[in-house]
This record gives sequence, structure tokens and C-alpha cells, in this order.
Amino acid sequence: MAVDAHAAHPPVANKSSRVDARLLGIYIFIASEVMLFGSFFTAYFFARVVVGPKEYATWPPEPFELPVYLALLNTIILMTSSFTMHWALQSIKRNNRAGLIAGLLLTFLLGSTFLLIQAREYTRLGFSPSDLAFGSTFYGLTGLHGMHVFIGLNLLAYALIRAVRGHYGPAPHDHLGVEIPGIYWHFVDVMWIVVYTTVYVV
Amino acid sequence: MRNPFRSEAEAFSFVIVAALVFLVVALVGAAFGGWWALAAFLVLAVGVGVWMRSEPKVREPAVWSHRPHERRRILVIANETVAGEALRSEIVQRAEDGAEVLVVCPALNSPWRHWASDEDHARDEAHGRLEASLSALAAAGVQARGEIGDADPLQAIEDCCRTFDPDELIISTHPPGRSNWLERGFIEVVRAAYDLPIAHVVVDLEAEAALRAG
Repeated sequence: MAVDAHAAHPPVANKSSRVDARLLGIYIFIASEVMLFGSFFTAYFFARVVVGPKEYATWPPEPFELPVYLALLNTIILMTSSFTMHWALQSIKRNNRAGLIAGLLLTFLLGSTFLLIQAREYTRLGFSPSDLAFGSTFYGLTGLHGMHVFIGLNLLAYALIRAVRGHYGPAPHDHLGVEIPGIYWHFVDVMWIVVYTTVYVV
Repeated sequence: MRNPFRSEAEAFSFVIVAALVFLVVALVGAAFGGWWALAAFLVLAVGVGVWMRSEPKVREPAVWSHRPHERRRILVIANETVAGEALRSEIVQRAEDGAEVLVVCPALNSPWRHWASDEDHARDEAHGRLEASLSALAAAGVQARGEIGDADPLQAIEDCCRTFDPDELIISTHPPGRSNWLERGFIEVVRAAYDLPIAHVVVDLEAEAALRAG
């Protein structure tokens, strides 16, 4: 008999279409993050729709005002960082290490700029998290997102250092350390698009 | 279902899709108000949901260059139908000239177990079916080898093409209406991906069992 897959030991794992454990980890993490953001959005929409329709006829309620155009600039910066992140990954897939480093560095700088602008925005808004439900939900949502950008920057910094040291290669398993932060970074970007549209625009 | 964060490239595409969706929502909101924006969001979200549920029909063919062999090589892909009479007859007939036969049984798994990389049970079941099939082939005078393949039958073929380099393929399925592979257009996908003679054998296990019983 030629079949010996299951003789006296566990079968040899056929990994060609199985989900890599590290990728599975980031999928589960992102799923939990979606739920976390979902709870913050629920609180935000609850404050906006259910509580006091008369007071909240205009949004943001008087006397709050949000810097829509500054946030738009931040949105453009973060969107651009997704492009540079993608460029970094495409570069290493083509064995272009310089492109990988440049892409990661640009992504890191754009993400840092985003955070600096947001911090600056916070100092000039004129209201605090304790100012009504609007203040709490606004700072809750944007702060939660800002925290994720900060975590993403840490991951990018780590990937950047490893890229400079030449730890990555063109084979898929050789650049998983960039792929996973890339997935996370794009997720953070998608979340910002949702936050910006719902909080600042609509 | 597509996972929008399956890879960095797909996550990047999802960023673009999300940006477009929310641009439309923002424009509708600015023009007509918040409730219309919500309606636009719901419509677009359903559209994105439908797109995410659709599977890509044809995937990229394997990078593989085929060379003819002195002894013909036949690759057989079958799962539950691997021990079917119709398939056995087809293999015996095609391997009359002493062709080399490799029977591959994909270890089909439930999505949850697949995600958890828990495939022992699926491999055990595939192993049992494969052993029965190889014994029957040996009894009919065909010396065939057997392997348990990847849970994705297309991936299983791709794996075997790299190691076995077949001259022809035999794919065995349940009859239409009962076959998941046929439902998913598996035969068409394989035909599009591989420039090889491909025989499709339909095995009706219930009819064969009824014939044996009665």
C-alpha cells in the first residue's frame, strides 16, 4: 500500500492552502478591532440620534465646531500613507530593498504627521472629553483611532529597522513581517475614512 | 467569501473601495442630509457585501511546464467518489498500457476546521477512502499510488502538477445537483488553468449502492 499518511504519527501538514498562524492572528485581531470600533460608533450614533433630537438638530451641536478641512488634510495624508505602504510591499516582492525602505519610511513619516496634526487639533478644539456626550464620543472615537495609528507606527518602525538590516526577501514567507503591519495599517486607514465621514462630514 | 484583509494587496484595494464608498456617502449627505447619507451607505454596503460573497471564478494557472514522459502519467482527483465503480473502470481502461497512476484525495474540511488548521479528521476520512480505492485498483491489476491532497482541490492539483507532472487528468465528481465541485464550476476552472487532456467522470454512489443491493 502506498498510502502512509497516518501510520503511527500525526500526518504531515499540507500547508499550501492553509491559513498561516501569523496571518490568522492578525485576522482575529482585526475582527476584534472591528467590534471595538463598532462599540464606539454605537455610542457615537446613540448620542447623535437618540439623545435629545431638539438639541442635536444640527451636528455638531452648538457651540461645538469641528475643523473639517484640517481633518480632510489628515485624511489625504493617511490615504497617501496607504499608497506608500503598498509601494513598500510591491518593492520587496520585486526584490527592491531600497523601495521597501523608502516606502516604509514615507509611511512612517506620513503616519507621524497625521498624529501630530491630530494632537494639534485637540489643543485648539476648545472643548474636552467631559463636555457633553458629543465631547466624550468625539474624543473617544478619534482618540481610539489615534491610539491605533500610534500602534501602527510602532509596527512600522520595527519593520523599517528590520528592512534596513536586510531581514526581508521577495518570497512570500520572507516578507510576512511587512505584510502583516501593512494589513494592519490599511485597516487603520479604513477606520479613519469611516470616522472622518461620520464624525466630521455627515 | 472574500476576506478584504487576506493580504496587504487586498487590504489596499479595500482602502480604495472604502474611500469611494464614503466619498459617495459624504456627497449624498452634503446634498440631501444625514438620513439620505445613511440610505446611500446601506445600499453601497449591500453592494460591497454581494461583491465580497462572490468568489473569483478563475484563478491564475499554476506556473508549470509539462514534458511528456516515456510512461504516461495519469493524475486522478476524487474525494468521496474515489471508491466509486465508474471511476475505477475509467482508471483501469485508461491505464491499460501500463500508465503510472496517482490518485489524489483532497482532505475536504469544514470552513471552521480549515481556519483553525484542524485537518486531522478530514485527512483520516480521506485516507480511509483512498485506501479502499487503491485496494480495488490493485485487485483490477492497476498499480496506483495514493496521496491525500490539499483541502482545496485546485490547490491539490497544483501541488501534484509540480511533483508528479501528469500527462492527463481524471476528475471524479458526484452527479450534477449533488456535487459541490460542479456547483462551483471546478471542472471549467481546471480546464481553463491546465492545458492537459481532462476526463470528467460522474460517479453516482447511491445508484451504485442500489445496484449492488438489488
